[in-house]
Amino acid sequence: MTTLPLLRRALAVVATSFALLLTALPAQAEVVFQDITSPQGIDAWLVEDYAVPIITIRFAFEGGTTQDPAGKEGLTSLLTALFDEGAGTLDSESFQIALDDAGAEMGFIADADALYGSMRMLAEQRDEAVALLKLAIEAPRFDQNPIDRMRAQLVSGITAAAQNPNTTAQRQWATALYGEHPYARRSEGTLQTLASLTADDLRQLHQRQFARQKLHVGIVGAIDATDAAAMLDTLFGTLPDAPDLTTIADIDPQLGQDLHVPYELPQTSIFMAYPSLERDDPDYLTAYLMTQILGGDNFGSRLTTEVREERGLTYGISASLNNMAHSQALVIATATRADRAAETLAVIKDVVATMAEDGPDEDELAAAKKYLIGSYPINELSSSSAIANTLVGLQLRDLGIDYLARRPDLINAVTVDDIKAMAQRLLSVEPTILQMGPAPKP
Amino acid sequence: MTIKFALAFSGAALLLQPALALDTPPQQNAVEHFVLDNGLEVVVIPDHRAPVVTHMVWYKVGSADEPAGKSGIAHFFEHLMFKGTERFPAGELDATVTALGGNLNAFTTADVTAYFETVPPDALASMMDFEADRMRGLVLTDAVIGAERDVVLEERRQRVESSAQSLLTEEFTATLYQNHPYGIPTIGWMHEMEQLNRADAASFYEQYYAPNNAVLVVAGDVEPATVKTLAEQSYGQVERGPDLPPRLRPSEPERNTSASVTLHDPRVGLPSFLRAWVVPTYRTAEPGEAEALDLLAEILGGSSRSRFYQEVVVKSGTAAQAGAGYDGGAYDPSGFSIYGVPQGEHTLAEVEAAMDAELTRLITDGISADELDRAKARFRRGLIFARDAQQNMAQIYGSALATGRSVDDIEQWPERIRAVTPEQLQAVAKKYLDPATAVTSYLLPPATGAQ
Repeated sequence: MTTLPLLRRALAVVATSFALLLTALPAQAEVVFQDITSPQGIDAWLVEDYAVPIITIRFAFEGGTTQDPAGKEGLTSLLTALFDEGAGTLDSESFQIALDDAGAEMGFIADADALYGSMRMLAEQRDEAVALLKLAIEAPRFDQNPIDRMRAQLVSGITAAAQNPNTTAQRQWATALYGEHPYARRSEGTLQTLASLTADDLRQLHQRQFARQKLHVGIVGAIDATDAAAMLDTLFGTLPDAPDLTTIADIDPQLGQDLHVPYELPQTSIFMAYPSLERDDPDYLTAYLMTQILGGDNFGSRLTTEVREERGLTYGISASLNNMAHSQALVIATATRADRAAETLAVIKDVVATMAEDGPDEDELAAAKKYLIGSYPINELSSSSAIANTLVGLQLRDLGIDYLARRPDLINAVTVDDIKAMAQRLLSVEPTILQMGPAPKP
Repeated sequence: MTIKFALAFSGAALLLQPALALDTPPQQNAVEHFVLDNGLEVVVIPDHRAPVVTHMVWYKVGSADEPAGKSGIAHFFEHLMFKGTERFPAGELDATVTALGGNLNAFTTADVTAYFETVPPDALASMMDFEADRMRGLVLTDAVIGAERDVVLEERRQRVESSAQSLLTEEFTATLYQNHPYGIPTIGWMHEMEQLNRADAASFYEQYYAPNNAVLVVAGDVEPATVKTLAEQSYGQVERGPDLPPRLRPSEPERNTSASVTLHDPRVGLPSFLRAWVVPTYRTAEPGEAEALDLLAEILGGSSRSRFYQEVVVKSGTAAQAGAGYDGGAYDPSGFSIYGVPQGEHTLAEVEAAMDAELTRLITDGISADELDRAKARFRRGLIFARDAQQNMAQIYGSALATGRSVDDIEQWPERIRAVTPEQLQAVAKKYLDPATAVTSYLLPPATGAQ
């Protein structure tokens, strides 16, 4: 385990770390997660790596688009578009020139439950880059000209998508599953709500959400723990302690509905929602393994075998767990030629029913376990950005810095009977089904 | 939606990255390059940060090499490569990689076909066994042909027939190229795909799949010496195929006209245009011209600091989007393109006029050394960031070597970019981006007279 090179500082930097020995061969590379705390008490997870002279930081403020006030939908989307459009004494153009000169890439984005920021910088220009990120976090300007320009781009996006049947389908899907809950609101806003947004709205949303308590940070690259801790204080030290977030209720998606979006297309898209489990449920990995066997992201899943390989009905079919902070669902998605949509749906239902009745066999479960254990480092640790993303994701889900080390044992403990019971529990429920395509012939 | 066996399109592609390369890497991670006795080229790119290795086999064949009337065979054949050999029945490669937690996929472009697996390093030998085996040992039956042809037809319906943009791009590309097969879609024309059969597949395989028409790229947590030993034990046992004739496709004649292709579609909410010219690529250009075209695309429309973005999106507010792209990695002369979408009440004609004015200004007045230096700095930074993912590095080396370029070309690229002058950049703009020979596509809403 690593210890820190201790420099004299006002407060000592505390670090614990977990080495992830990811394969059996001892000579191979390893990725070490360090838990660091800054002098001002800001926590982060760090992976030191000097192979490429770059540093990547990613952070999340809990909140996200569900924090848009009613009638102000699109506010978070507009906010995330404005962080590189002027901060501190720098107007939009000055800020962007400075960012370009600093050799850094900065990005902000939000989902329903969090607002994420990230920066990728060259180690040799770290101080310049961090100074600009600090300005963007602390003192975004929200000048009228960039607000109008970014609003116009959001409006363009809405206009461009307005005639697309996918847009209609997504709206119907969200409303059917979530009703009046904020998850059904339009995170991109509408022409009306976007027109109403002001600089004051943006300032308020920024102040409510940018705080230290519900902040999660991952840092990866050519930086040691002491410098990383100092960076945390530089970036986040002046933020208020606690955010002021609107409470979002938990909601079970409304299942058992049959929806059809008529559209003359050569293909019919099919979406099916079943119940799922909270991410911190002790049986979550059982549901995850079951979903993997049913329609996971590898060839050999039951749905891919039956629908694509055996019958050539589709180019792709998947089952996945849609984990949100306040709602969970297992979603099956595919697209098939329109004149065989009914046949495809029947095959899917049959595969689902067989899983619910009989569960998996031992070989399938063993293969799924191996896949889920082996794929984690390959998919989640493949670059600095992927690692930083993983560090923040694990913190958001409160899974612990040793989760990657514990995860194989948790997966291996799941039995065929566990999966069978889980399949009965989740897949015996009538799903909500949405089909988008030509209306069925009478 | 999970997408497997993604298909990349070349041609007037904005999709393909320009050829990138790395600054001089630290010595212990130096890239190694060697050729086996049977002609297989091998590149090893060590990267010891995570216990992962990316194994890619690139074949020097793409849709632009297909026989006339057999459009789609290169891509269809890529799918068939997963149908098993005598030694490893269908599904065994998938199952093996899946059990390791790895992933695998393949893709086809106009110029190349590549197969790759990302796995723990101790599975490298096994991956080489699979790939070396199916290089010559594929078993094709009529039964697997039929079901898989339905899958690629479904893929075409999903990617092309269901998307107005894709349908337009396909027919725009067919207009841009008057003679070169880049004008034929990589996935194939529907009516020709429907006729593809086992004999087509078998003859395609026989002609192009051999070690002397392939490049092996291994990037990740391995040593070059280990890779060499393993490659000799697996790929080294595959017999060299007959020498392939020179890779000469029908070439473009001089173009003397402009042309446009228009699609009205009810799904289109905002109009857009894309304008392209066929220009030289890194392999075919006079020294320095491809580098200058690469930087030209960056300066015109490669980032939010570009002229199109600053002048047409930010300052005048005419466009919601405006950009440029250059497909310099293509084997034969390929597309340089610009595209725009209007903002608010502005019309598409205004956006075109504003972007044409920017292009004219650049051709007339040139650019400053400072503007060029900033663009070069962005390229340099892009190279360093590219080194952060081993898949990127494998992609960079594999695509270059499979399209007639060398390791030296890649490693000298930063120096050649550094050497481009403002005058060279102005000269290529003037020479190649002539409005009188441009081909433009318009994607428009159904309303009549929309412009």
